[in-house]
Formats: sequence, C-alpha cells, structure tokens
Amino acid sequence: MLGSYWESVAIFTAINCLMGISLYIPMMAGLISLGQGGFMAIGAYVCALLTKGNVPFGLALCIGGGAAALAGVIIGTPALRIRGIYVMILTLGFGEIVRVFFATFEPAGGASGMGGIHPLTELWQVVLATAAALLLVWRIRHVRFGRAMIAIHEDDVAAEAMGINLTRTKLLSFTLGSLIAGIAGGFYAHQALFIDANQFDFMRSAVTFLYVILGGAGNPFGPIVGAVTVTLVPEMLRVVQDWRMTVFGSLLVVMAIWRP
Amino acid sequence: MLLQQLVNGVMLGSTYALIAIGYTLIFGVLRLLHLAHGEVFMVGAFAGLQLVLLRHFGPLVALIGGLIGSALLGMLLELVAFRPIRRRGNSQLAPIVSTLGAGLVIQELMTKYFGAEQTAFPSNLHSLVYDLGFVTVTGTQLFILGAAAISMIILHQFVTRTRYGIAMRAASENIEVASVLGINVDTLILLTFAVASALAGIAGVLVGLNFNAISPYMGIDMGIKGMAVMLIGGLGSIYGAMMGGLILGMGEVLSVAYLESAYRDAFTFGLMILILIVRPTGLFRAGLNIER
Amino acid sequence: MSALLSVAGVSRYFGGYLALNDISCDVAAGHVHALIGPNGAGKTTLFNIVSGTLRPTSGRIAFDGHDYTGRRPDRVLKMGIARNFQHVRLIRGLSMIENVMIGCHAWIDRGIIGNTAALFGISSGERAAASKARELLDFVGVSAKRGVEPLELTLGDQRRVEIARALASEPRLLLLDEPAAGMALAEVNALSSLIRCIRDRGITILLVEHHIRLIMEIADNITVLSAGSVIASGPPSAVQRDPAVIAAYLGKSDEPAVGT
Repeated sequence: MLGSYWESVAIFTAINCLMGISLYIPMMAGLISLGQGGFMAIGAYVCALLTKGNVPFGLALCIGGGAAALAGVIIGTPALRIRGIYVMILTLGFGEIVRVFFATFEPAGGASGMGGIHPLTELWQVVLATAAALLLVWRIRHVRFGRAMIAIHEDDVAAEAMGINLTRTKLLSFTLGSLIAGIAGGFYAHQALFIDANQFDFMRSAVTFLYVILGGAGNPFGPIVGAVTVTLVPEMLRVVQDWRMTVFGSLLVVMAIWRP
Repeated sequence: MLLQQLVNGVMLGSTYALIAIGYTLIFGVLRLLHLAHGEVFMVGAFAGLQLVLLRHFGPLVALIGGLIGSALLGMLLELVAFRPIRRRGNSQLAPIVSTLGAGLVIQELMTKYFGAEQTAFPSNLHSLVYDLGFVTVTGTQLFILGAAAISMIILHQFVTRTRYGIAMRAASENIEVASVLGINVDTLILLTFAVASALAGIAGVLVGLNFNAISPYMGIDMGIKGMAVMLIGGLGSIYGAMMGGLILGMGEVLSVAYLESAYRDAFTFGLMILILIVRPTGLFRAGLNIER
Repeated sequence: MSALLSVAGVSRYFGGYLALNDISCDVAAGHVHALIGPNGAGKTTLFNIVSGTLRPTSGRIAFDGHDYTGRRPDRVLKMGIARNFQHVRLIRGLSMIENVMIGCHAWIDRGIIGNTAALFGISSGERAAASKARELLDFVGVSAKRGVEPLELTLGDQRRVEIARALASEPRLLLLDEPAAGMALAEVNALSSLIRCIRDRGITILLVEHHIRLIMEIADNITVLSAGSVIASGPPSAVQRDPAVIAAYLGKSDEPAVGT
C-alpha cells in the first residue's frame, strides 16, 4: 500500500502519538513527566526479551506495559508528595537512571544494545492501539475519573474537599501514562529491531513533551497533532530535517511566549 | 591512592557545584527550571577553547573568556526566552518550555558550527606536575581547584556583602523584597542570569581542562547532573549546592575507582531518587519547601 | 435533639499564637447553627478544623458520635460533611454541570469495577450524577444560566453553583463559609431563603458569617467567638442581648469597621 519506507514512517508516527498520549494523561492531573522515555525503555526491553523467548507478541506487549506501569507506581508514589515542578525533576532523574540501568545491564545487551528483535510490529496494530488510546482518553474525560483529574489540576484543595482521594487519582493517572508509554516501547522495539539505552534518553522524553506542548495540552488531539507534526514535517521538508532541533526549539520558545 | 581519588573527587565536585549553584540561583529567585543552563555551560567551554586555539592564550584568559561568553549568553536568554513570558503573567510551565526550546536551539547551532566530535582543550598547564609526596597534582588540577575555590569565595562575598547579592537571596523568599531594597526587579533577574551563567562558563572551561575534551553534547549530561546536585543539596540552597556538588563528585570518582565505571551515573541518579523519596527538601536545610 | 456535630476542647496554636482556646460547641441535627464573632476571633480556623482542612492542636471533633479528629478532607466528605469556600473555588475547564457532578464523586462508580463500567458507558453512575446535578442547579436557582462558563457567572451565581456542588455529595452537614460575603441586599435575601430550603431538606447547616441580619433571620442557634474563645451560645434572641457579645462587637473602638 504505502511504500515500505513510508509505512515505517507511519508506524513510528503512530508510536510517537502513543507516547504523546502517555504524557497527556498525567498532565490532565497536573503531573508533568520528563521521564516518559524511561517507561518506554522498560516496555521496549521487557517486551523484546519476552518475544525472544517465544512469548506471543500481544502478551509480551501487555507484560512490557505492565512492567512500565509498575515502574510508574514506584516512581509515582514519591512524586505525589512533592509539588508540580519537582515532579519534573524527579521524572527526569528517573528517565536517566533507567537509561544508565539498561546501558549497564548485560543480559539485555548493556552498552552495545539489543539486536535481532523479531520484526513483529505492523501498521494496523499501532494504529489500532493509538485509536484505542484516544478513545480511552476521550471516555476518561467524560467520566468521574477525568473530572477528578481536571479538578486536581485546577484546585486540589477544592477537589479534596469534594471527596476526591488525591493520592489514588494522581497515582492512577501517572501509572496509566507509564503503561501506555511501555506499550509504545514494545511496538518500537519490534519495528526498530535494535534498541540501546541511548534511544530512550532525555531527548526522547523531551521530544515527547514537545509533542504535547506543540499540539496543545488542552485536548487529546493535541499530542496527536504534535506527534504527527514533529515526526512528519522533517520527512517532508529537507530544511526542517537538517535543522530540526533549531526549528522545534524556536517554536517552543515562540509558543511559550505567545500561547501559554 | 585514596587521597588521589579524593583530590579528583573534589575537582569534579567543584565543577558540579558551580553549575548547581547557577541552577539554584535561578531557581531560588525565579522558581524557574533553567533547562538551557547546561548549554550555557557548554558554550562557555567553547568560548574558552576559541580563545586558546585562535590566540594561544593561556587557561586564565580562557577562563575569563568562558565566563564572559556564558554570562552574555545567559543574559541573552533572559531577554529573549524569559522576559517576554514574565511580562505576560506568571505561568509556571511556560518558562520551562521556553528554556527547553532555547536549549535545543543552542545545542543544534553549536553542533552544526563546531561539529559533533570531541575537541581537545590544549593548555600549557597540562604538562606541569607537582609531586607533594602523598599525592601528585598536575598544574591543571591546581588551576581547577584554585579557580573553583576563588569563584565560590567571590560568590559568597557577593551574596552576603553586596546589595545585589543580598537582594538575590532575599528575592528567593519573596521577589517583592527586591523592590523594597530599591532594586529594579528586571535588573536583578538579568543579573541573576548573568551570575549563574558566568559560574557555568567557568565550570565549562574547568571541565574542558580537566578532561581535555569538550563537545557540543557535554551540556545535556552536565545539565542533568547539575539539576540532580541542586536537588540533592536542597532546592534554593546555595551552600547545599556546593556541598551536594562535592558529595556527588566524590561519589562518582570513588564509584569509578572501586566499582565499574559504568555505574558512575548510577550513583548520581540513585542518590537523587533516594533523596527525593526519603528527604525531598534535600540534604541541607534552608532548601525550599517542596512538599505539599 | 442530639448533637450531630460535637466540638470538644479544641485548641489550635499557630507557632506561638493561640488562635483557638479550648472551644466546645455542639451543633444539633436539623439546625442552622451560626458561628459569628469579630475579625480574628478564630471562626475560620474552627471552620477549617471541622472540615478537616486543619488539625487541632488538642481537642476532639465528632460527627454523629464518631470521633473524626485529624481525618483528611476527602474522608470527611465521605462521612457526610460538605463545605463551600469563602473565595469560590469552581473548577475551570469543567462545565457548570460537571462542576456540580464533582460533588457526586464520592458515591458514583467507585472502585475498579465502577470506574471500568463507567468507561465502557454501562454504569448508571454518570446518568445519576448528571440528573442530580441538574436537579440541584435548579434547586439553587441557576439553571437558567446552564450554558455559561462557570467562571463568567456573577459571584452570587458562582456561590450557588458551589453550594449545589456541596449538596451533590448528599451531606448531612453543610458547612458554609461566609456565603453572603460581597453580596448585594437582594442576593442576601435569596441566600437566606435558599439556606432555609436546604434546612427543610433535612440538612444541618453550620454557617460562618459576618452578616448579622442574615444570621438573626435564619439561625436556630448561634455560637459567638471572640479572641479564640466562646463568649456566648444560644438562640438569636438571647445572644443579641448578651452584654459580652455586645462588648465584643462594639467595645473595640480602636478596631477598624467590621467588614471583610
């Protein structure tokens, strides 16, 4: 259908959309994570290790996502006690520690990474996953959980006074985000076929953050728009391709000034 | 041997401290996470390098060049990426986004201009060696230790004795205090950026001398470590940053010497996470309250 | 009538400053109980202790005989005590009806099963919350303005929405913090009848107010605080004539005019 190059681009775009959504959910509750790359890494490595052991792809994705979600619980719990901006630092540190871990963890390849991953990812799978994630976010917005997250984000004193358990809601939000990032990681590993710790470094988390900010954090299509733009535009415009970071960086500055 | 490692640790630690102090100053006064601070550090290193390469100046001039270069960049960042946001109100997120973007731009521009490779940082001090009996120090190491120490002493004098310095510390409690002291808030903020960036520039040149190599990518790594130190020492506490930097420097050097070198970074981030979980206000009191 | 809310020996220090000194007070079920006193008397502090926002330094508070001293605000709400805020705290980003539906958080779609059912659209919780919210918006008198952005309503209307939100949690005790502050005369009258309607629904009300005329009109019982201590307690007719009360309000000639 598409040429195989563009099919690959489409797959990576969809994976990036999933990453954008993975950050969007905790941001609904006011939790800004600069460590989504870390969760993606966990999902990628766990999933790849499992499929090498002949575990079916679907199951491996779920377990990889689950591992990421578990990490989400572990990191999320201290994150609940500290105020907004410090969550960013905590998650940033988490992302780095995951990177260091996989760079030194020999059974997963250590610094030389892990290759020979089975090419199991297909476009329809990722598109389906992204659509499901979008549907999930849309539904969340219209039920109790979504209202609670928005309330916490806006005014947590009022939210708590209305019976919302701040800890539980924020933790659930954060964990859901890390689950989705883990699943994105699993898809990524089986498309890139070779992964190493440096593919999941701070830049990965920063670019994910970029998707959400660029596309707008106000609605779930924002991260989609952001991810698609950041992934596809460099493919289309050579200029942007060469000066990607300059363009996106400047865009960020401009947006921060004129459209916060 | 251990003593040698300690010397190395102090050296590394003082460069971390210089960067962390910069983060702390900006964070303390402005509650801003300056995500481009690492890049400012990197630019300082390159500025110093240029002076050495082009005109064969010695390390002291390089240091001053790095200091000035970074300070200028820092002030430019304030004017372009931060002040317009301040004018428009008090978002917490927007300045971070802006500094992140600025950092990306700076890094790519530097990579395009200087190439992605590492470059050596030549200096006539590299060959000087002093044998003190129980420990050997090179001229470079002495220079680094001296420069770092002097910088911190000057900084200490600045924040305790000068009007602007005191205003900076007071402003971390409450930015309104600056105007009470008769100081223009805009000027104070610009100055804060300048001082923080100058320290980063000094650190850049020192790190370049220490490892005899600089690259456009050194900013990210140092930047993140600097933030980790700030957190470990206690957000908003200058002395915490100093101590945190030293602790980290020692820890890294010792873990490289006695464990595998791959675990170097693990020490940093492990400590950081531990602190955040166990004692989020940082190791040293006078940090800002970060708990809800 | 038995005491629904019982405050026993409550004291509160702020550093070295004693804001509340051994306060004891009972609120009878079905009453409108007012808490009044000059500025700085400690009314807000006591209010915040009763609502769970603040812990007392010593003393106990009990609801329906059960000690709940030190419980978190969300657990206090689940017990049946709801509150409003003096500086209205509606949630930006949620519509008017969604703001009220937040009040239903504690009793709809709870737990994993509840939340999942809601996501799949098969729970009755959403519908129940929405219909309750509509009914309450009507009850407080703002349903005509349903499409308006909550933060663009007049202060009086915003207060009503917030009261509706508190009522949505189906409380047995409603805490009102200066609901008449900043209101014009006509609005105060409307508020007065609203409070009476709420009481007629069987809900007990504890009300902190400066508006003496409003208090005298609707309160069944009044507790007067001054400088951290109770100086009078009883029905309006008695309190009105109590010389200690008169002295507290009028005796401080060096105080600026009462008014928030």
